[in-house]
Amino acid sequence: MKQFLAFVTKEFYHVLRDQRTLLILFGMPVAQILIFGFALTNEVKDSEILVVDYAKDNASQELLTKIGSSRYFKIRQAALNHKEILSTFRQGKIKAVVVFPVNFNEDLLHHNKAQIQVIADATDVNTANMITNYLSSIIMDYQNQVNKTLKMPYRITPEVRMLYNPQLKGAHGFVPGVMALVLMLVSVMMTAISIVREKETGTMEILLVSPFKPVLVIFAKAFPYLALSLVNVVAILLLSVFVLDLPVKGSVPLLFAESTLFIITCLALGIFISIKTETQQIAMLISLMGMLLPTMMFSGFLFPIENMPVPLQIISNIVPSKWFYIIVKSIMIKGLGISMLWKETLILLGMTVFLLMVSLKSFKIRLQ
Amino acid sequence: MEAVVVKNLTKTYGKEQTVAVDDVSFSVNQGELFGLIGPDGAGKTSIFRMLTTLLLPDGGSASVDGHDIVKDFRAIRSSVGYMPGKFSLYQDLTIEENLHFFATVFGTTIEENYHLIKDIYVQIEPFKSRRAGKLSGGMKQKLALCCALIHQPTTLFLDEPTTGVDPVSRKEFWEMLKRLKEQNITILVSTPYMDEASLCDRIALIQGGKILSIDKPDNIVNGYPDTLLAVKADQMYRLLKVLEKHPDMLNSYAFGEYAHAVFANGQMQPEALESYLHAHGLSGVEVLAARATIEDSFIKLLH
Amino acid sequence: MMMQDDKVIVCEKLTKRFGDFIATNEISFEVHKGEIFGFLGANGAGKTTAMRMLCGLSSPSSGKATIAGYDVYTQTEQIKKNIGYMSQKFSLYENLTVRENIEFFGGIYGLSDQKIKSKTEELLQVLGLKSEANKLVASLPLGWKQKLSFSVAVLHEPKIVFLDEPTGGVDPVTRRQFWDLIYEASDRGITVFVTTHYMDEAEYCNRISIMVDGKMEVLDTPANLKNRFHVRSMDEVFYQLARGAKRGD
Repeated sequence: MKQFLAFVTKEFYHVLRDQRTLLILFGMPVAQILIFGFALTNEVKDSEILVVDYAKDNASQELLTKIGSSRYFKIRQAALNHKEILSTFRQGKIKAVVVFPVNFNEDLLHHNKAQIQVIADATDVNTANMITNYLSSIIMDYQNQVNKTLKMPYRITPEVRMLYNPQLKGAHGFVPGVMALVLMLVSVMMTAISIVREKETGTMEILLVSPFKPVLVIFAKAFPYLALSLVNVVAILLLSVFVLDLPVKGSVPLLFAESTLFIITCLALGIFISIKTETQQIAMLISLMGMLLPTMMFSGFLFPIENMPVPLQIISNIVPSKWFYIIVKSIMIKGLGISMLWKETLILLGMTVFLLMVSLKSFKIRLQ
Repeated sequence: MEAVVVKNLTKTYGKEQTVAVDDVSFSVNQGELFGLIGPDGAGKTSIFRMLTTLLLPDGGSASVDGHDIVKDFRAIRSSVGYMPGKFSLYQDLTIEENLHFFATVFGTTIEENYHLIKDIYVQIEPFKSRRAGKLSGGMKQKLALCCALIHQPTTLFLDEPTTGVDPVSRKEFWEMLKRLKEQNITILVSTPYMDEASLCDRIALIQGGKILSIDKPDNIVNGYPDTLLAVKADQMYRLLKVLEKHPDMLNSYAFGEYAHAVFANGQMQPEALESYLHAHGLSGVEVLAARATIEDSFIKLLH
Repeated sequence: MMMQDDKVIVCEKLTKRFGDFIATNEISFEVHKGEIFGFLGANGAGKTTAMRMLCGLSSPSSGKATIAGYDVYTQTEQIKKNIGYMSQKFSLYENLTVRENIEFFGGIYGLSDQKIKSKTEELLQVLGLKSEANKLVASLPLGWKQKLSFSVAVLHEPKIVFLDEPTGGVDPVTRRQFWDLIYEASDRGITVFVTTHYMDEAEYCNRISIMVDGKMEVLDTPANLKNRFHVRSMDEVFYQLARGAKRGD
């Protein structure tokens, strides 16, 4: 036990003394959360939109107050002048224009049907999509609200000229995605590199020629990265709750338990890579190409799996991060419990056990 | 008592079955300072790695302190000390942290065995909070030796500890080894430097995976069968060319400031060679009867 | 014996500082055409730094130096064309064959295709590597590699060849064959600038310099040095000088 502790201490020295490792370890999750988080949400907050109200009636005013009171938009009233609208658009001061037709209220009351025109600045496609989406949902909300008080239901159709962007379905899906990505990177790459480094510098030779059990070398190397990865999970969750206002809907202990399971999966993978490679460079390359890329491609985080060709959908099943991504998303956003996630958890557990067995089996207690 | 026994040890590598160690046998007595002398690629490292249980032999057997290198590898791992050829400590840990780490890994403490490393450690102690990566070559070597000694090994394996080290540090290192021998630790050391052979109790000359000769350095030198003459002239390069053409000469080669000329035992007198060289137009000729060195013996064995 | 106007290396108070640390401290010396010049010193004495400056790889902090008549500050490209370099660590591409290595380095130094062809055959002949020509360099014994890489370093008939510990770990017979190559090169008029940890090899040099703590302590023929220190071998000369050294690498 004392030997194990000495080993773990040494491992922490390595990490704490290498500024590059530190930067990757703690800078990356923060940077990723901020990049993904703010790139996707911040610009939508307090976006200035221009309202051209040809109707100026009750309904349009009510709807406008509703849009204005949301935290996403700031409303500017405009002169009813097309040229002016265009020039404000060109200057990039506003993100969208909402146009109420002349007889908005009347159309609603008499025809049970009205239209609102939404024109978005689509130079930034993501933001434009997001804004139109938010606007649409506010309008729908208004519609539902009004419908409750009315006997005769009516419909407002926001007329949006943009393709529906499936990524926007879960704008917050990136937090689980970043978690999978960061844990993959830290646990797989860092573990693999740190074990291979001992081979490269020759210290593995000395460690093998010592009473310290070779298998313990591996566990002692993996342990600090388990701890550091958990610190990363905490950091990501704190950032997500306090900076991005995305609370964890489900059970936090369950989330940590699942994260620990996934970290162990990654550590097993890292150990396996380290056993099969001889240089840090190759270990890094395999970790990046073989692990990080599939996580980005097949976890469903950046590209929806259901839109992929069937063979790729099948391949995606062997990527552990896919299952972890589903689990985290379900717990954080949908608030689901283990009763709904036992299948995914079991798959991940199976993968972990398999990887650990393979790694331990192929671990060499000698140089060759 | 024999600390290390090696019997017909063989090791081959790769698909082409390149033979690195070819049917090697020797034994080392308890408390002996034993040298494996040979150039790079002679098989020294492979032998050390097999004896330290890092590699499995392809043939033959060996034991260290009575433990079989294949079956009892755990027992060997806890009793021997090993210093690989490349500096293999943690560059980002300080002297003290490295030593402490290795002491703990071997299940001991620095205090417990301080007497063993004291002589060496006091030389680097003033820098104990300096990181190993920032030490000079000589200091790294001393630290590595301390780390290999800290668990009071019965047998110490030092693989080319002096390669790439300047002559002054080399001398210091050998003095440390002599003092260690007094602690009754068996030491196996390998080196490509022939001049270090005389510092060992016994040596094995090795080349191409085969042992050429095993004996006390003095015995090897005394057993040199031929007449060896040391020759000097004003024009050394021409001298070598002229010597090469002498009909009775067995071998000739540069040797420091002299050239060594080898003739069959008793077949040449210094005076005779001197006049031969004069006759070939060389000036400043000096010919002496020379005592063979390990290097001469090695060349003889290779020839 | 040596003509005084055929100096191929001239150094005057050549100095290299790294911050407060003076790696090479005002070294001054001259090396003549065809001379075998031994450059010795303990680890960290400043040999590598000095050698880098002379090869045009690093700019001196102060002092003057010309290599083959070219200035080390301004004419580094011309210097590189006129020197050859070989070190123990890097010299040949292990995963190219013997022939490919020769052809590659010939090409780098801008030899014509015809010249490369004839040189390749000549080299294979001289080194006795004909049957090994199409084998990977990785499969050659160390001694052969070292001989081959020396031959490659002088393929373009440079004025000076710099050798950084060329014979480390090589067996005594091959080591001597290697020195035969050095003698032949020197005979052809190539100046040889060599570092070594083998003191018997120091004896093979025409003149020897010994660096201690960044300064060039002595520079003379091996015989004169031994006389001056009243000792019988270069080993003892070196030991007396380097023992007082304060710094390591």
